[in-house]
Amino acid sequence: MRLEAFSISYDYGIIKAVDDVSVSLGSGEFVGILGPNGSGKTTLLRVLSGALKPQGGTVFLDGEDVHKMGPKAVAKKIAVVPQNGYIPFPFSVFEVVMMGREPHMKRFSGESPEDFRIVSNAMEVAGLTHLAQRSVLDLSYGERQRVIVARALAQEPVILLLDEPTSHLDPGYQIEIMDVFKSLAESRNIGVLAVLHDVNLASQYADRLIVLSKGKKVADGPPEEVITKELLENVYGIKAIIGTHPASGCPQVMLVPGGILGDRR
Amino acid sequence: MTYATRGDAIRGSATRRDRRKSSIVVLILLLFAAVIVAAGVGAVPVPVPDVTSILLKRVPVVNRWISGAAKRNAYETIILRVRLPRILLAIVVGGSLSGAGASLQGLFGNPLADPYIMGISSGAALGATIAISARLPSIVPGLSSVPVAAFVASVATMALVYYLAGVPGKASMDTLLLSGVVVSSFLWAVMSFIMMRSGDSLREIMMWLMGSLSNKGYTHVRMAFPYVVFGISVLTVMARDLNLICLGDDEARYLGINPEHSKMIIMFAASLATAASVSVGGIIGFVGLIVPHIMRIILGPDHRLLLPASVIAGGIFLVVADAIARTVIAPTEIPVGIITALVGAPFFFYVLRRRKVHKG
Repeated sequence: MRLEAFSISYDYGIIKAVDDVSVSLGSGEFVGILGPNGSGKTTLLRVLSGALKPQGGTVFLDGEDVHKMGPKAVAKKIAVVPQNGYIPFPFSVFEVVMMGREPHMKRFSGESPEDFRIVSNAMEVAGLTHLAQRSVLDLSYGERQRVIVARALAQEPVILLLDEPTSHLDPGYQIEIMDVFKSLAESRNIGVLAVLHDVNLASQYADRLIVLSKGKKVADGPPEEVITKELLENVYGIKAIIGTHPASGCPQVMLVPGGILGDRR
Repeated sequence: MTYATRGDAIRGSATRRDRRKSSIVVLILLLFAAVIVAAGVGAVPVPVPDVTSILLKRVPVVNRWISGAAKRNAYETIILRVRLPRILLAIVVGGSLSGAGASLQGLFGNPLADPYIMGISSGAALGATIAISARLPSIVPGLSSVPVAAFVASVATMALVYYLAGVPGKASMDTLLLSGVVVSSFLWAVMSFIMMRSGDSLREIMMWLMGSLSNKGYTHVRMAFPYVVFGISVLTVMARDLNLICLGDDEARYLGINPEHSKMIIMFAASLATAASVSVGGIIGFVGLIVPHIMRIILGPDHRLLLPASVIAGGIFLVVADAIARTVIAPTEIPVGIITALVGAPFFFYVLRRRKVHKG
């Protein structure tokens, strides 16, 4: 299973959010997308998921055009964890996770025992079993985020697209949830593409990093090649120290107070 | 995260499905009770046993077991000719307003949405106002021109709102809402002008606007019924889509449905059911807002249960409200819209508070 996007361009009228970007993602691969605010990461993710139709370029899932597949066919293969999983009504955790089975259900049939099994498994993986009957509105941000993750797992996707999945989580849950994604990539051969803000976390988990700046792809490669002084200066406009993680050996960025370059904006 | 708790999660869902069935059964029983009580009260009170046997005699198969003891008398005429059509109309109108309200609240992901949010009621109001003040002749036998004009005008309004909002299937919800609000205020202005010049028929128009089921018969039920049944059936089929749509367009798409298609179908079905019931019942407020809200508090937000439950509960609510409307200061009738608000608002707060106490 392979997700490939060729020279994607998307503009919101005046602003060119994504400009001629090509990305690919294979089974079992963990790819991180980095870039400053407004660099087009989320837009790119929405294009890849099929929600936005790009003005230029094509997204292929195993050779099939995602934007011609229809939402149900796409949702059987691609699951998305969006940035703000907004839920207006007090659905229970169980009900929300069960929504992940929607693409696999027929219009007039209810949930099968198989669906129940998959949903309780997904809740277990996300550490939500004890919260199954609680209203999602009563949960903390972190718990709610894990509900959305469990829902994505219940879809049994081959591709998982994550938009800042760790944004509301404390360090413990950040590691826990990233470990879940990493093991899904390794054990279930799922391709994981994650938009991340935390360069260090991305460096630890991703096999490959893609960096966007002003809608353009400026780097694509393993963390040790991508995370360089020049990149931090050119893309983020910061002066920082790059070290090596003592245990894993991957590059780690240490921020320096006052290290903002004049040409950041 | 042990196997025991996992079993609990699964058992929890099984009991929920049982609860789903049992709450529908309870609501249907309540509806029957409301019908029997409502049929009994009025200028001539009819005892419950008599009401029950008169009604059961009309049910095929069951009537074989009903002895001839129930005398053919004035009761039967009162119940079957006067009160029953009105009760049936209350069920049809209350059910469709409440069902449409539940769907639109889901569609907009907003518990403040109601069936009139798209401006359908203003179209119906203008149609009715024109028919009343111009004394339009009836074209359908047994039906005055008012509901017919109201229905035609509300469907036309629906079409206008969609047209002004832009390309079919592409119109965003915000544009659609805005278009509804603007069209609505325009039509209210036209209507107010006509009302100002209408002289004698002003009272009749006012009564219609406040919503009333008086002087309505089986013909009204027959007029609204097909559209309401069609609309509510479509909405029930779309219940799972509604669960996803209330999460937002992108999320609905990520979970495998086409939000634009589903929304258009839901809008259309809810609008049609609303148009039909407003045409025969006038602008009865509160039912479509409060009943789904209360049902959501009691039964949860899953539209597969919420929608049918709201339909039945809307029927119960309006049957009771209408019984109050015609008896409380008899022989004068109060427009039922006044009762729905007077009864609905305090009841709503009662449910809201009780819920908070339970939770805290």
